[in-house]
Amino acid sequence: MAEKLKLQEVEVWDGNMAFAQAMRQAQIDVVAAYPITPSTPTVHGYAKFLADGYIDGEFVLVESEHAAMSGCVGAAAAGGRVATATSSQGFALMIEVLYQASGMRLPIVLGLVNRALASPLNVNGDHSDMYLGRDAGWIMIDAFNAQESYDLMLMGFKIAEDLNVRLPVMVNQDGFITSHTAQNVKPLQDEVAYKFIGDYKEVNPLLDFGKPVTYGAQTEEDWHFEFKARQHKALMDSKDTIENVFKEFESLTKRKYNLVESYLMEDAQVAIVALGSTVESAVQAAKNLRESEGIKAGVVATRAIRPFPLKEVARALKDVKAIATLDRSAPGGTLGMIYNEISGAMYQSDNRPIINNYIYGLGGRDMTQKDIKEIFRDIKRNADSGKLVTPLQQFSGLRGPKLSFFN
Amino acid sequence: MSKIIKNLKQFSTSNDRFEGAHLLCPGCAHSIIVRELLNCTDDNLVIANATGCLEVCTAVYPHTSWDASWIHIGFENAATAASGAEAMYKTLKRKGRLKEPDKPVKFIAFGGDGATYDIGFQFLSGAVERGHDFTYVCLDNEVYANTGGQRSSSTPRGASTTTTPAGRVSYGKKRYKKDMVAIMAAHGAPYVAQVAPNKWKDMVKKYQKALSTEGPVYINAMSACTTEWKFPADQTIDVSDLGTDSLVFPLYEIENGHKLTITYRPRNIVPVRDYLGVQGRFKHLFKKENQHIIDEMQKAVNEKWELLQRREEAGI
Repeated sequence: MAEKLKLQEVEVWDGNMAFAQAMRQAQIDVVAAYPITPSTPTVHGYAKFLADGYIDGEFVLVESEHAAMSGCVGAAAAGGRVATATSSQGFALMIEVLYQASGMRLPIVLGLVNRALASPLNVNGDHSDMYLGRDAGWIMIDAFNAQESYDLMLMGFKIAEDLNVRLPVMVNQDGFITSHTAQNVKPLQDEVAYKFIGDYKEVNPLLDFGKPVTYGAQTEEDWHFEFKARQHKALMDSKDTIENVFKEFESLTKRKYNLVESYLMEDAQVAIVALGSTVESAVQAAKNLRESEGIKAGVVATRAIRPFPLKEVARALKDVKAIATLDRSAPGGTLGMIYNEISGAMYQSDNRPIINNYIYGLGGRDMTQKDIKEIFRDIKRNADSGKLVTPLQQFSGLRGPKLSFFN
Repeated sequence: MSKIIKNLKQFSTSNDRFEGAHLLCPGCAHSIIVRELLNCTDDNLVIANATGCLEVCTAVYPHTSWDASWIHIGFENAATAASGAEAMYKTLKRKGRLKEPDKPVKFIAFGGDGATYDIGFQFLSGAVERGHDFTYVCLDNEVYANTGGQRSSSTPRGASTTTTPAGRVSYGKKRYKKDMVAIMAAHGAPYVAQVAPNKWKDMVKKYQKALSTEGPVYINAMSACTTEWKFPADQTIDVSDLGTDSLVFPLYEIENGHKLTITYRPRNIVPVRDYLGVQGRFKHLFKKENQHIIDEMQKAVNEKWELLQRREEAGI
């Protein structure tokens, strides 16, 4: 039986500790993990809790991230609560098994501490790994700071294990800026946190020998399509559960989460859409610009990346004239993911704002207030002109001559 | 709990948890090897299966040949799937959440030689090093049979495969087979053995020893492949007999990483040439210019047999 840990009303944790504490409180049955920067301290924290008797689960220290996710799949199919954490190259190595986890409808929770992908090798934060996993059939939610990392990790278990969902959940936070920066976090006490998540509910466990099950069967053109369609439907339908869990969490903590987060959007004429810690930076810049230059700036962020909240995004941006979409991942020969998805959402709405795309912050390059303000001024010009007067895609914060595409 | 199986009749009428309805080729040794393992115990079973012939032929939705808990993830990670399930079992047992807490559960992983010697090598090594309580069985047919007969690191020297075809200037695969039994023994696994389906009593005995061993066990099972070894489907056991009696596949076990015991000594050792001669994959070796390869193979088999005997004698 695991010991309880008495927590302060406000703790000073970095994002990794926030993940580790939430994982401890969830009383996970099996964690299979492999170290990689910057998510390693999540696993260290978990290991220390285990060593000190605060966790009563099995900790399988595997020989690679591919094995970490494979072990998670085996454990989750056996029938219990399972989680792990990783970043970057490790996440890339896991990719094959991510698809198998979601295809088998296993409610595994993965803490993904976002980091760039090599080459060139880079340990710092960007969203390349997050983007790499976006078609893997997982629910993907994004935390912008340590408090949200803690909250969303707790909620991740409840969403994944909900009987209407049964899909794996990926909780993202920014490498280093969130994961290694000590911040104030208001935790729940152990009993409250565990009660919120609830006991694990088994569905077709391998360890129920009265009813043997076959996991990972083969389907060809006769059945594969139907399986994948049902999986997509489950992912799309998970929206309701995610919102319900957000509401339940709000009534418990007074902390409100939405599928799409809007900041200063009531009267905004221009908006930035971004992910991760950049959201808070953009809100700060918007506030300053409202005061100093009278630009009616706002910020929108998709808390849920998958399922993509298309209608909610369109609603959040229904009154703006211009939008800057900020992608923190090398776009690989096209426009950024956020650009494409926001454009897709706005094309379905009555409002047709001018949308452009910024690639920024790759490999941990700082996104400064100056950079963000420049972007707001750019899109103010687009809004005032009533047409695109900036490049469609440009790189923000890049040294050397300005780089733009699709001109 | 081990099942007592005294004779072939009792064995053949034993309850099947691996059903006869599957898509394996007629004459495939896989089903014999698998069926014997599942039938030699009454314990509950969790089976992890690597991608390969066995997997694609036994779990094509909406059918399954497995009347036991079974999971297939990928090609490389059967050992890890078993590790994860075994870890969950330990936790749930400790936490009092098992439905049948007193009934023993055995964890088994199956992989072909591609899954074992090659792509899953690291995963198996990791699982054995971590000491999970499971039995890994390699269905060793010395070739990627499921994908069309490509060479693996288990393919023997001289074999013609689709990626090492014998040709005008080539006698087939150049390298010798990897010694997986020795590698697993070197991990310190408490029990490691080589089995063959033609010696079914020896195989069952080893299986039962494997399942009653606490910790990781590796079993290398010779699995004659009628399709890729190229022999008639009704000669699987005959070919297997030549494999064990020529000592190309010696039957032995190693306990705790060092104590080696030879479990079958052929009364009449047959020449390696006889074993090669019944298989189409070695046909080209009988050409005049390739005969020296057969001699080299015989020499290698003799040396290995000598080594096994000396190790057994020395008890180290």
